[in-house]
Amino acid sequence: MNVKIIKRKDIPKHKEVIIRIMAVLLSIVFAGVILLAFGLNPLKIFGAIIDGSAGSEIRIKQTVLRAVPLLITSLGIIVAFKMKFWNIGAEGQITMGALGATWVALNLPEGLPAPFMLGSMMLGGFICGAIWAFIPAIFKAKMGTNETIFTLMMNYIAIKFVTYLQYGPWRDPGAQGFPKIAKFTENAILPSVLGVNIGWIIALICVAIIYVFMTRTKKGYEIAVVGESVQTARYAGINISRVIVIAMLISGGLCGIVGFIQASAIEKTLIAGIAGGYGFTAIITAWLSRLNAITCLFVCIAFAMLIQGGSYIQVSLGVSSAISGLVQGVILFFVLGSEFFLQYRLEFPKKPVKEVA
Amino acid sequence: MEQNLAIEMRNITKAFGEIKANEDINLDVLEGEVHALLGENGAGKTTLMNMLSGIYKPDGGSIFINGEPVIFSSPADSIKMGIGMIHQHFKLVDVMTAKENIILGQPTKFFINKKELSRKVKDLSDRYGLDIDPDKKVYEMSVGEKQTLEIMKVLYRGAKILILDEPTAVLTPQEIKRFFKVINNMKEQGCAIVIITHKLNEVMEISDRVTVLRKGKSIGTAITKEVDIPKLIEMMVGQKVDLSIKKEKLKGQTPLLALDQITVKTGDGKNALDDVSLTLASHEILGIAGVANSGQKELCEAIAGLTKTSKGRIFFEGENIVGKSPRDIIRLGIRMGFIPEDRLGMGLVGSMDIVHNIVLKDYQNQPGIMLRRGPCVTKAEKIVKKLDIQTPSIYTPVKKLSGGNIQKVLLGREIDSNPKVLITAYPVRGLDIGSSYKIYDLLNEQKAAGVGVLFVGEDLDVLMELCDRILVLCHGEVTGTVDPNETTKEEIGLLMTGRKTGEEGETA
Repeated sequence: MNVKIIKRKDIPKHKEVIIRIMAVLLSIVFAGVILLAFGLNPLKIFGAIIDGSAGSEIRIKQTVLRAVPLLITSLGIIVAFKMKFWNIGAEGQITMGALGATWVALNLPEGLPAPFMLGSMMLGGFICGAIWAFIPAIFKAKMGTNETIFTLMMNYIAIKFVTYLQYGPWRDPGAQGFPKIAKFTENAILPSVLGVNIGWIIALICVAIIYVFMTRTKKGYEIAVVGESVQTARYAGINISRVIVIAMLISGGLCGIVGFIQASAIEKTLIAGIAGGYGFTAIITAWLSRLNAITCLFVCIAFAMLIQGGSYIQVSLGVSSAISGLVQGVILFFVLGSEFFLQYRLEFPKKPVKEVA
Repeated sequence: MEQNLAIEMRNITKAFGEIKANEDINLDVLEGEVHALLGENGAGKTTLMNMLSGIYKPDGGSIFINGEPVIFSSPADSIKMGIGMIHQHFKLVDVMTAKENIILGQPTKFFINKKELSRKVKDLSDRYGLDIDPDKKVYEMSVGEKQTLEIMKVLYRGAKILILDEPTAVLTPQEIKRFFKVINNMKEQGCAIVIITHKLNEVMEISDRVTVLRKGKSIGTAITKEVDIPKLIEMMVGQKVDLSIKKEKLKGQTPLLALDQITVKTGDGKNALDDVSLTLASHEILGIAGVANSGQKELCEAIAGLTKTSKGRIFFEGENIVGKSPRDIIRLGIRMGFIPEDRLGMGLVGSMDIVHNIVLKDYQNQPGIMLRRGPCVTKAEKIVKKLDIQTPSIYTPVKKLSGGNIQKVLLGREIDSNPKVLITAYPVRGLDIGSSYKIYDLLNEQKAAGVGVLFVGEDLDVLMELCDRILVLCHGEVTGTVDPNETTKEEIGLLMTGRKTGEEGETA
């Protein structure tokens, strides 16, 4: 039996869509088979995941709360990945953004009007996230360091630094000895619209801005050219170092805004685990959306449903939430695997090659 | 003389996806014969030979070596049958000596009998007239020596059937002469030799018979003596082609570009360009000749502002532009077009469509922060129409186009900016005959319009036909500037290997 792998020349749009849908369906079937093997009823589990993430107003709100940080972080990652700058430091950039927002919240006078306070916090978050991304960016631009390792390591520095603040200088004396940072005052907490903090509005605005930025502006175009070929960028007179730095300032800044939202609306203070893994999950969602900001919105909602549904089944069915992690993994596997079938097709020769010998 | 069949390939078919690279190809090569395999890029020559050397397996058809049917499942099988392929890109280990390269990968005893090895190498050298120093390191060798070593390598393995893929592409005319002598020696010793080429002059000079491939099919085999070049071209292209390049001496030349003692250093401190001075005027095409990697790339990139110069000045219409980046050059409104050697790697963005590739040179001068694509859409349509670019639409990613059409997009964009100076590095490399001549015509059009064209080429025949003057580079130094009407290929060849003119009074 010999199977031939053949490169496709071109693929019609409808076929591409079919392959992608097939991939998602197959991943669900495959996940179902795994669940069966564990002695669980896949229909019940899937039903519970959907029910748990969209079955009631409260559950939908919970899902949105998860989708917001995931979405904004993914947008930040898209900007970096489009340039083939592998920013896996979103986790640290979120943490530093939260730190920046918290510093502002704790140091500005308490009686400040909320819009001014929140605006300053958001700016603080953006700047700190951007600084955390700027460090690996400038090293990459000037010395050609490897950004993957660099950004990854920066995560741990950020998290440990916040832990230090929590136990040390920023420890709240009124927390009865617990290593906690003081809670924000009311004017430093994001208000709600339609029952959810306005982070979701910020997220939607970010989607629109990043979509326009990447497809309609000169800088977005330059980022895409640098990502495609540094040589071509040089040829076209693009200042590559500048593009790298600007793209990373935006990438890190967006992550910083996530830190601000999480600190202000969710935790109402700063904790070391503020990023909660969104920085890594967002890498997956950014890829799955093929670095398109609009697609990313839908991918992030779907993933937020999986995460929310996962914690629901843990409570309601007593099934480990790892199940939803497993489903996420399987989806990723199939969708990325489908890329192969978009590029190549398999051919099974009907009759074996005539052997003359 | 009775000659035995060394290679017999029958109805060979090989497909890569939708594309049939080879379809029902038949090829016979006799012992003691030089057989040329002729065809344009993509005609299937290399694919066919890769099946003979065991790199690919045919989908259909059969191969006989010395009358025996064979099925090769790996290159090792092919070597065992006495077939040796010499690839276009040499496969040698730079830091080893010739001798070490020869025995690399060969079954040896634990200790290598150096005397025995030297004796065998010497023996082969004498027999085939291969001139080689067994103890010379590869990195110290010239391209010609490396090729000799490659040939030695396959002969040492006992090859009686040699396949040479574009062997003369990197050689100077003198080296080609020496190389043909070696080929003839091997032929006399009864070797069967297949030369893959698209250079017609060489086919006529060296081969006994010639098989022409076109679009994966064999068009026919002819005895070389019985055909002429126009006939071969017709077989290759499928129609009669006018292969004349018109050259007019144009009046009213004004100097545009002048290089004054430009020196460019490579990463390891050597001089890639050494004190190069030249002038380029309007209404002329200045050719740059030289063996590969003699500084051509650095020359083009230095002018375009892509490479740092360590010494010298570059004047564009009297203004010194040394040290200016491509961005500065665009901003200053200096109209210079550059067709780099690596089209998709440098000149274009492969995954983007034609419109966005037109944008590449346009957007810097647009006001504001937004990208305005509108004017570029119009431009793209105009260029596609004017240069007759074959593309499904102007929104097709350029990497999906054929080589000739990719080059037309690049050239079209550069011409569209109304350059005063157009720098072109190997603009016809990889293109078929029709597209190549289209490009020559376009360059001539630019010349007529008053543009100064710098043409870095590899085919001396074309350089001599197309250019008004030819500057020859060797190891980054200018060894001479000649008038094609008053010189010979051999003369240029000598300059390419470093013998300067001067006393003879031929320099410009």
